Amino acid sequence: MSSSTVEQTDVVVIGSGFGGAITAYHLAAGGARVVLLERGPWLQADEFDHDFRLGSSSTRVFEFVVGDGMSVLSGNCVGGGSVVYFAAMPRAPRFVFDRQGSIGRRMWPAAITRDSLEPWYDRVAEALPISTTDWDTMTYGGGLFGAACAHSGRTANPVPAAIDTALCTNCNWMMSGCKFDAKRSLLLNYLPAALAHGAEIRPLHEVQQLSITDGGGYRVHYNVIDGEDYRVSTGSGTIDAKIVILAAGAGATPVILQRSEPTLGAMPHAAGRYFSGNGERLNTAILNEDRVREVLGISVDEAVTYQANQIGRGPCVASWDRLDGSLPEYSRFSLEQLYFPPGLGTILAQAPDATGPSWFGVEKKEILRRWKSWLTIFTMSEDDNEGVFGPPPPTGNAHRISQQMLGRGTISYRPTENTLRGWAESDEAVRDILERDGMSRVMPWTNDVVGAYTVHPLSSCRIGDDPATSALDENHELRGHPGIFVTDGSAVPGALTVNPAMTIAALAERAVPAIVRAARQRGVDVSYGAPSPDGETSARNGVLPLVSHLVTE
Amino acid sequence: MTATETETSQIDVTTMTFEAFADTIVPGEKRWPDDVAVAGASAGPGAVAAGAIELLRMPEGGMAALLDPLAGLLNTHAATYAAEHGAELDPALPAFVALPFADRTALVQLLTTPGHPEKEVWVGIALFSNMAFDTGAHMHTTDAIAAGHPGLLTIGFAPPNPDGVWRFPDYTYGKPLARRHPDTTSSGSPA
Repeated sequence: MSSSTVEQTDVVVIGSGFGGAITAYHLAAGGARVVLLERGPWLQADEFDHDFRLGSSSTRVFEFVVGDGMSVLSGNCVGGGSVVYFAAMPRAPRFVFDRQGSIGRRMWPAAITRDSLEPWYDRVAEALPISTTDWDTMTYGGGLFGAACAHSGRTANPVPAAIDTALCTNCNWMMSGCKFDAKRSLLLNYLPAALAHGAEIRPLHEVQQLSITDGGGYRVHYNVIDGEDYRVSTGSGTIDAKIVILAAGAGATPVILQRSEPTLGAMPHAAGRYFSGNGERLNTAILNEDRVREVLGISVDEAVTYQANQIGRGPCVASWDRLDGSLPEYSRFSLEQLYFPPGLGTILAQAPDATGPSWFGVEKKEILRRWKSWLTIFTMSEDDNEGVFGPPPPTGNAHRISQQMLGRGTISYRPTENTLRGWAESDEAVRDILERDGMSRVMPWTNDVVGAYTVHPLSSCRIGDDPATSALDENHELRGHPGIFVTDGSAVPGALTVNPAMTIAALAERAVPAIVRAARQRGVDVSYGAPSPDGETSARNGVLPLVSHLVTE
Repeated sequence: MTATETETSQIDVTTMTFEAFADTIVPGEKRWPDDVAVAGASAGPGAVAAGAIELLRMPEGGMAALLDPLAGLLNTHAATYAAEHGAELDPALPAFVALPFADRTALVQLLTTPGHPEKEVWVGIALFSNMAFDTGAHMHTTDAIAAGHPGLLTIGFAPPNPDGVWRFPDYTYGKPLARRHPDTTSSGSPA
């Protein structure tokens, strides 16, 4: 393209995770011209490696950004978080939508409750699809955690997941992308359907900022990123669009908006504030397998009780007893057994009863020898939206240190007493479940090395009814900047106490009709009402009556 | 000393210094009787034998260009630490290498404590040292396992199928092990 020609389209979508893929599909299917810009590479199943080597898919599709007091793990590829996630897809409990956090009023828009979101959850469930697991196909780790929960007087639930268990090999490499297409990532549903309707997906296009065009639309400025060394930019360009959908993830969307402030005008106060790490916390139990066999009565065979840390498919069993709306805020959390691969999954684990350093050194090495007997438990609690983004880096959302994966970000996070209390109560619950009767020793992962950490960044550009504490209105439109919508995890008002992908996706589905209306008002010939990516219509028919005021003239 | 000898000497100092650092993170047995970089604080191989230096020097990691100046910085810290604690160091060795293992550990604790102005960089080196042992990230994992990578062996990482891919056909106890929460909805979610 010559430099004098400005590329134009109807809709630019920034990011191809749930927030981007879902909106891109519906808008393309409705007739809009859609260009989707994704900063990461585009990999298919046969390119997902079982390999820890730097430069394999484990570093190509994954991002680890260290901030001040908070480290954020996220996807960096076409399909975004859905490619690297563990595919756990529970709906958020009812009480979450009534949370007030620290703002003294309901954080969520009045229009959104669990009940009002159900039809949108149904759309996602039909599209991916999501299935429930039963105990007869439950992993060793999930089974052991479930049995321990029962032994301590608790319940335990198989977690609904976007996994085709008939294809799954329980290899536990799902953070590097699923080479068996067992994990129902967006590469298998919304994205191919968007392509079929004419959407363009451009990988390795990292959006830097937005500006205003003369026609009242927006110009999207991007750099083209080298396919191996993400620190290197090989070019740049712009696209003009009538509608822009930001879905770069809660660690990147606010950074793009911050960088755009000189060209777009002032941002809402909440853009880049109120970040939530979903109250996340990890504990690792080092099992005494003989005691586990005696106490729980489970075993793999005569010789082995468990030794199965490596086997499975991420989180499979959750304890939901503390998802009790009658408990005070910050005391509610879920616990989920899960697996992180060595490296990310070992570095922060601490040796119990260490007399020297607990996360490195002689005593740490001793617990590594027992890695096969580790069982890691994931807490998702209610944090206090304490994260704030500092001034944006020159490009991207972080200063990239390594060619891939590792960067230094601008977020700062100082957990409040509320957040710390929730973590302490969840640590106590994990100990009560797994240290009972000498079954294990449990230690939380340290927050002293890379700060707190989250695999579910949220809320850095959130929806709400209060302009002072929310950057988006209830329809996900950026306050003061009509035609810009945000549909990723940053739009979620606060921690969800469960895995958030299902809620992010449902909110993106819910946002589409209002985006369609805005596009039509800007002269785009687009309609709403596409079926599920595979053609099912049941869930679509469930939502059409709800949005007729938005999508019919 | 010629320029070439100076370069060689710098490589040796940097290598020895980071071998000693990595050995503080995941300690191992001495590689030979008079090994000075590896302190021998733990039975079996540690991060150095697992490839920490190879990993730190990989261009992909982004650490390689920092190693020479960081070695100098670490040795300055070590010399200061020794002076403050009245310890005498062998002048023939980089100062950090000359520190006894317990003092190396104490110094690394100091440098990685929240609030230390250089915490981020020392944590970074520590993370790579750990990764070398726990994952062998400088090698393809199938090659690492075939070569008997000491870290993957130590943690008990299972080998792949003959096609280099992991599958676990045996993965379940296969029976109900807990009661579901009574408020579970039809979608399998919490209420």
